[in-house]
Parts: sequence; structure tokens; C-alpha cells
Amino acid sequence: MNNRLYGNLIFELSQEGRSGYSLPKNQFGSYSVPAQLRRKEDAALPECDEMTVVRHYTNLSANNFGVDNGFYPLGSCTMKYNPKINEEVAALPQFAGLHPLQPAETVQGAEEVCQQLCKSLCELTGLYAFTLKPFAGAHGELTGLMVIKKYHESRGDEARKKVIVPDSAHGTNPASAAVCGLEIIEVKSDARGLVDLVDLERLVELEGDSIAAMMMTNPNTLGLFEKQIPEIEKLVHAAGGLMYYDGANLNPMLGAARPGDMGFDVMHINLHKTFSTPHGGGGPGAGPVGVRKGLEPFFPEVSPYHGNFAVAMRALAYIRSLGRENIKLVGPLATLNANYIKESLKDVYELPIDGLCKHEFVFDGLKDKSTGVTTMDVAKRLLDYGYHAPTIYFPLLFHESLMIEPTENESKETIDGFIGVMRKIAEEAKVNPDEVKSAPHLTPIGRVDDVLAAKHPVVTYRQLLAEV
Amino acid sequence: MATVKEGLYYSESHEYVKVEGNYGFIGITDYAQHALGNVVYVDMPDVDDEVTAGEEFGAVESVKAASDLYSPVSGTVVEVNEALEDTPELINKDAFENWIIKVELSDKSELDALMDAKAYEAFCENA
Amino acid sequence: MNYKYFPHTDADLQAMFQKVGIKSLDDLYAEVPEQIRFRGEYQLPEEMSEIEVRQLFDKLGAKNKQLTCFAGAGVYDHYTPSAIPQLLSRSEFLTSYTPYQAEISQGTLHYIFEYQSMMAELTGMDISNASMYDGTTATAEAVMMAVAAGKKQNKVLVSETIDPKTLAVVNTYAHFHGIEIEMIPAKNGVTDLSTLNSQLSPDVAGVLVQQPNFYGIVEDYEGFADACHNQKALFIMNSVAADLAVLMTPGEWGADIAVGDGQSLGIPMQWGGPYVGYMCCTEKLIRKMPGRIVGMTKDNRDQRAFVLTLQAREQHIRRQKATSNICSNQSLMALWATVYMSLMGKQGLKEAAELSYAGAHYLCDELLKTGKFCLVYNQPFFNEFVVRYSGDVDALQKRLTENGIFGGIKLGADKLMFAVTEKRTKEEVDNLVKIAAL
Repeated sequence: MNNRLYGNLIFELSQEGRSGYSLPKNQFGSYSVPAQLRRKEDAALPECDEMTVVRHYTNLSANNFGVDNGFYPLGSCTMKYNPKINEEVAALPQFAGLHPLQPAETVQGAEEVCQQLCKSLCELTGLYAFTLKPFAGAHGELTGLMVIKKYHESRGDEARKKVIVPDSAHGTNPASAAVCGLEIIEVKSDARGLVDLVDLERLVELEGDSIAAMMMTNPNTLGLFEKQIPEIEKLVHAAGGLMYYDGANLNPMLGAARPGDMGFDVMHINLHKTFSTPHGGGGPGAGPVGVRKGLEPFFPEVSPYHGNFAVAMRALAYIRSLGRENIKLVGPLATLNANYIKESLKDVYELPIDGLCKHEFVFDGLKDKSTGVTTMDVAKRLLDYGYHAPTIYFPLLFHESLMIEPTENESKETIDGFIGVMRKIAEEAKVNPDEVKSAPHLTPIGRVDDVLAAKHPVVTYRQLLAEV
Repeated sequence: MATVKEGLYYSESHEYVKVEGNYGFIGITDYAQHALGNVVYVDMPDVDDEVTAGEEFGAVESVKAASDLYSPVSGTVVEVNEALEDTPELINKDAFENWIIKVELSDKSELDALMDAKAYEAFCENA
Repeated sequence: MNYKYFPHTDADLQAMFQKVGIKSLDDLYAEVPEQIRFRGEYQLPEEMSEIEVRQLFDKLGAKNKQLTCFAGAGVYDHYTPSAIPQLLSRSEFLTSYTPYQAEISQGTLHYIFEYQSMMAELTGMDISNASMYDGTTATAEAVMMAVAAGKKQNKVLVSETIDPKTLAVVNTYAHFHGIEIEMIPAKNGVTDLSTLNSQLSPDVAGVLVQQPNFYGIVEDYEGFADACHNQKALFIMNSVAADLAVLMTPGEWGADIAVGDGQSLGIPMQWGGPYVGYMCCTEKLIRKMPGRIVGMTKDNRDQRAFVLTLQAREQHIRRQKATSNICSNQSLMALWATVYMSLMGKQGLKEAAELSYAGAHYLCDELLKTGKFCLVYNQPFFNEFVVRYSGDVDALQKRLTENGIFGGIKLGADKLMFAVTEKRTKEEVDNLVKIAAL
């Protein structure tokens, strides 16, 4: 796959005296940084010519797998297509060259991008106002919880410190609450995988005046729509708490239902999920926060300017491209794709909760557990067949969780191909389990030693050199 | 699979105390190390730190989990097991031999609130 | 359907409906109570063709004004080598997710390892994480990290010379997290060691300073680290990444945590983001550090490989015990900075920093010569400085804007802060001075 020379670290390609840049000559005269302010030794950065750098990173990219490479059914991540026009728009020099503190009269177009995006997000969610300041989903979650805490503080209701989350919630929810100085209490899921109303009633009764909010995704992390949301919302509001909508699973709701109409007061949106901005190998994303009328004065200062503005531009380009007609089809088509996969595989993979799912669903590993082939093995074997793996071992409700989320952009042929391979792997697990357990075989590297990495962390080139 | 050792005191959060005179050696049980898997790091307090019964004094990390350590007894840390700094996997080899901290006990009556080997074994079976 | 992002034909839909056991798309939402079902039309514009989308953004773009930038305050108009945007547009980088599946994510893991190595070199620290959102949030995370690393200490001292925008974000996090922030008053534009000493106490978990500080001044932090360490407090230094190619590093000053924004590493200003926050620390603190970290390991074929490591610290495992809720990094912007540092290399970063220094000092001298400006602080500065203007600051800024120049940031009624980077030519500087002298 990779020419060995370019599989090296950039440091290993460095030669003293080479350079890959050009700068203008100093026209300003002999000003130089005084010795007492200077670092003693130069930073040991690489010295490479431009083409070496370009080849190095081009070859590195070949060891990656993105949505543009193939099917990426990673549950809870909404790996949808990232339209190319969005990239073109975001790079426009009329926007990219703006300093964030430029005089207002020189940035009217940029202001309008933000206004148009916020207005569109309000319309799509049924909320009143949005802030674009949060940089990512988790940052949005934290911001939203801050709004809630400030709201209660403003009413002299400081004792409200508890946030109810379903036991199926993502780990970020409790972590965000902790950072915000709030406590988590868990409400159980019932046999249908939904919030257990009886348990919720008990908690509301028990905690009453200490409840700050209930935080949930809908559909939840099992891909199931919480159909008792009107009852849940009434219970929490009656106790004086607010409803927080974690927008991680907003995609299937486009064209179907709006968080504001469901009774939520505060939410964040992952623009990099629902609104097609690229995940970029882990970021930058954007996590705008929306609120019901009356809560907008409580937006906190969580970043200095306009959030990840260039990400917001992409999201607006996406919303404008689709327009009101097509955006309504996003949720239904994503949901159709998910249900189609579920129905096509549930005879060989364990489906713990049957019935309609939304944009994603969870298998509890292979139906036939006797082969010893685990969810991890299935995931790794998929890599051999040119697919990204689904999300594995989340949610924690099942031992062998395998969470599959196709998006609305995937064609029936792509999905049929994936179903075929999943069935093939189930068959392999029976006839040749070792082949699956030792997968992947065709990727640039095999399974990695996580224990070695964690026990003895080597996280820089300097440390790496010291090893040799 | 997991073994329980006679003569030690056990807590519900799976720490043990081995008492020698006024000193207690505190570690995690064999049951706990099995549950954690490969231990990659042990976060230990400093010598002279005070520990309080029921309160956190450190953490044990495996690749995929981190577990806080709660002291079963109160007292002053007189020694930490420095071998665990470089070879945390010793805990997987023998959790009872490789204690984490040695504490000068401030209140020996606290031991009465802990489980003996038999009670702990039953506790694990029900867990 | 027949829309460019939806591949479903009518025949596909019918076949899929049959498999799922439904008759229409509507049936997929059968369990959604009717009272909350959205049945109306979104009040949004109709579908736009690509031509129309381009027109829309061209029109919006025309409402902005491109200015020659002489402002900084944390965001600098540095040069971007043309290879960077081209390489970053590789779909394999752009459209991938967090590198959980190491076997098909070596590209991302590999460059993050390089990024961590470069940031550690630049800051003179032992280690770096995989990056954070931006400089302000990285600083707030450092403050929380100091408190988490300490033993029941809950106060952090912050120098008055840090950027007020960073302070605002730190204050927000501190308020909600229950951390007490106490300011260290500045003397003559710099942080004073004896004042710090008088404020240090056993309940202080950390001390936060900035270098160069908000006013562009290169402060003398001799003795600060020792003062902190004597009281078991961590010394946190926020710096503009690119300046560290030349300046004494946080590592040399004895910092325990180095944080800041990496925007100065060739990332466009793009009206505030995305940028990249960096966080580096001493080896001792590695397990207290928030965010992702990539480490070296081996695969089962005995090849060198890279992997996300030390994940037990992170929010998805620690849940409410986590010291941070961050669950991503600013990966693509970290790649931007990495390619920048690879191209510019050891010499280029230094040269760009020195050109910026020279340009700023030349501008300062020329402004002083007009007789209308004087330096506010008699302190060494890097590529940014504060001057007092004898005329009307608002009128001057307006005049500069009309001439296509972003002429500094207004501080107080009569002061302006100018910044210069390697992108500014002598002609541009002279033009600014000419207009300012009117």
C-alpha cells in the first residue's frame, strides 16, 4: 500500500539544510530579537523540501478511510455525505480573510451567514434562538447545561443541581454535567428500551426541587423513538426542571418532528452530523445551542468569537442546497435505510429489541454465540471487505453491542452489498471462526497492542528516539 | 476463578487490608483485578498523605476502564508500592502480594465494619 | 425523490418498503404521537441549484470588506503555504471520523503523533495531547486540570495581563465548575513576582500567565515556576504558538502546562474559527491531561503502529468522574498546523517570527516619529504593541478602514494595539503610517 519511505514519520525524512518554504526578504532594517528573550535551542522541527512534504501527507491519506472511500455505518456518528460545494463556499477569501475583531460595517456578509443559519435552525427545531459559539457537540452540551443552571440561579433556585439521564445515555452527558457542577441521576430503561416511566415518576417524586433538568436524545441511543415524550416532558416540567435535547440523533427527526414541539427547552446540534459538515478525522465540528424564548439571556461566554464560523458556512450551504422540500426527506430516508438493514440481518444477528427503529439500531452480536466470534471480530472482519466498522460496545446496555447507522445518502446497492458481507461474516464465523477472530488481514496494519501503548506511553518523536 | 485470601479485611468496593501491628497494607482484590483486566497504571497518593475510610485515595487504570480506589480504613500513608509505578501488571500477577499503600492505622475499630474472607466471597458471588 | 444527495429510485423504495413491512415513508414514524408530529412546511427557501448557492455566498461575501490586517489580539494574519489547503482537501482526511479503528486510520493517527511531537518541541514541554478546540477553551481546561491534579486546592491565580477574551472563557468554566479565580494585578503592563508571592497560599492549585502577554509584551517569568512549585501550585503558560519558534519556551520558564492557540501556525483567520487549541505538559501530568492522546505501539505483525491511548482518562469511560467532557480533538486543524510546521520547518518558523518582529518594531518606530503616538509600556515586545494616540482614535480607525486597513484594536479611549506579521510589506506599513500621520 505504502512506499516505505513515505510510511515514515516526517521527522525521519528530515535532512539538515533542506527547506520547504519561501518568505520575502526583510525590508524593515536590522531589528532582531534580543538574545535574553530567545529560546536556547531551536525547536527540533523537520527540515524537508516541499515535494517530500506533499508526498508524505498524500501517502498518509491513503492509510485512512473516509465517507468518500466507502460505506461508513458508524452508529451515533451520522457519517453522511459531505457535499463539495460546502468546501468551496467555506474557502471563499471574502470570508476566510476576515479578522474576528474587524469593524462591524466590514463584516455584514459574515453576520448575515450567522443570522440565516440561526433562523433556519430555529425553524427546523421549533426553538426560539441559537448561539453558534460552541465548538463541538460536547461543548454545546456543556453550554446548554450552563444555560439551565444560570436560569435556575436567576430564579434563586440554586438547589437544582441534578440532571436525570437515561441509563442508555452517552458518557459525554454525565461528563458535561460534572464539568458544569451538576450531578447525574440515572433513570432506568424498560424492557422496550425506552425510559421507564414508573422509575422516572419515582425519581421526580424523590428529587423534586433538586431537579435541574432531564437530558435525553430522541430517538435514544438504541435508535428508538421515546414515544412517551409528552408524558416525560409533563413530569419534568411539573417538577420545575427543564428538558434538554441532545441533538446527536437529530437526523431522523428532519421532516418528522421538532424538539421544540416535543417540549424540549434547550438543545445542541452537531452540525457535523445532521448538517453534513465533514468530521475531519475528529474535528472541527460545531455545536450550536438553541433555546426556548426567555432563555436566550442565559447564553454563556464559552468561546470568544462566532464559534467555528467556517463550519457554520458549510451547514448553511447544505440547508440552502436542500431547501424546504428535500430537507423533509432526510429523516425518512435515513430511517428507511436503517430499518431495511435491520430487517435483512436480524435472522443472523441478535436483535434484542424488535420493532421500528429510527436512523440506527443495535444488534447484540451474532445470533449464534457458540462460535466465540465477538462483535470486535465482526467489526475487524468488515475492514477486510472494505467497509468501515459500525460502533461497537456502545450502548453499554448489551454485552456485544453493534450499532449500525446508514444515512440517507446510501443507495440500495451499497446497503445490499453491506448486508451480503455481514451475512458472509456470520457464515465464516461458523465454518472458519479463526479467520474472523484474527481479522483484519488486508489492512495496512493488523490489530494493535493497546496494552503496550497505555502501559508505556510514547507520544512524541523525542520519546520514540529515546526508546531505540 | 478469583481467589479470596483468609485473614484479610475486605470492603464492598473490592479493596483489602492486611493488618500487621498498627499498619495496614491496602490493595485491590483478585476479584477486582480480574474485572479490570490488564492494569496499565496505578495512581497512588504521596507518603504522609492522610486517607479516610470510605474516601478516594487513588485509581487503577486498565486499557478500557478506570476505577477509583477507596480506602477501607483511615490513617497516614507511610509507604507506597513503588514497584507498581513501572510494573503495574504486578497487580494482575498477584493482587494480594502487591499491595498499593501501607497506612498507619488511626482507628483500628474501623476494621470491624469490614468483611472477612468468607463474607467477601459470598458478597462477590452475589454481585 | 430525484435529488442529487438521495439515491433512492421508486423501484428501490418499493422493494425496501416491502422488506420493512410498510406502505409509505410516513409509516416509519407510526409510533410518534400525532400531537408532536411535524406536518407543516418548514419556513425555509426552496431548493437551490449549485449555481444559486454560489451566487448566494458571492453576494454575502461582497458585503464583507477585505482589509489589510494590522490587528492581532490573539488572531494573526500569517501566511498559508499553498500546499496546505490542497493536502487538507484530501477526502481521506476530510471525511473520516475519529480514528477508533486503528487499522484503517493510520493516516490520522500518524499525523496526530507528528503534531504532538512538534508541539512538544515548540513549547519545550515533554508531551502534548492531540489538540483542543481553541486557545481559550484549552486554557480553561488547563485551569480545571490544575484543580483536578491538586489536592483539594480550589483557587487559581490569573495574571491581569492575559487576553480578556481568554479570561472571559476561563471565568465561565470556573464559575460553573466551582473554581475560585483571583487576579494578579499588573504593574507597568507585566506580572509582578512579589505580588504573586503575596497571593500564593496552600489553597492555590495553579497560576496562569500569558507570553507574550495581551499587550504583546515579552514578560520576564524568572522565578515564577519556583514560587508556584514551592506552594505545590502548577504554573500554566498561555502563548501564541508561532512566537515560540524564537522566544524562551514555557518549558524553559519551568511551566507545568503550556496552552494556547495554534491559529498562528498558518491557519486563516476565518472570522474566528475553526482554529486549534494546543495543550502540552510535563510527563508527570500525562494522566491528568484532558483530550485525546495518540501513542506508539505495535500491531500483531510486529509493525510500528499508532493508536488512541490512555483512554481510561476520558469522558466516555470516566463519565461523571472525568476531569473534562471533551471527546474529540480539532483533528483537521491539527493537521493544518502539522503540515505548516513540516513545510516551514526549523528555519522557516523562526524566519517568519523574526520578520514579524522586525515589521512590528519598524511600524512602532515610524509611528513614534509622527509625533502623534507614544508607547504605553516601556517593555520589550514581540510583534504587537500598544500606543497612545494624541488625536481621536475613532476617527483614525475610520480613516484607516476607508483606506482598506484594519488599523489595530482600540484599547480604552486613547490607545491602539497594532500587530504585524511576515505578510505585511514595507509599502503597506508606510502607507498605514502615512494615513495615521494625517
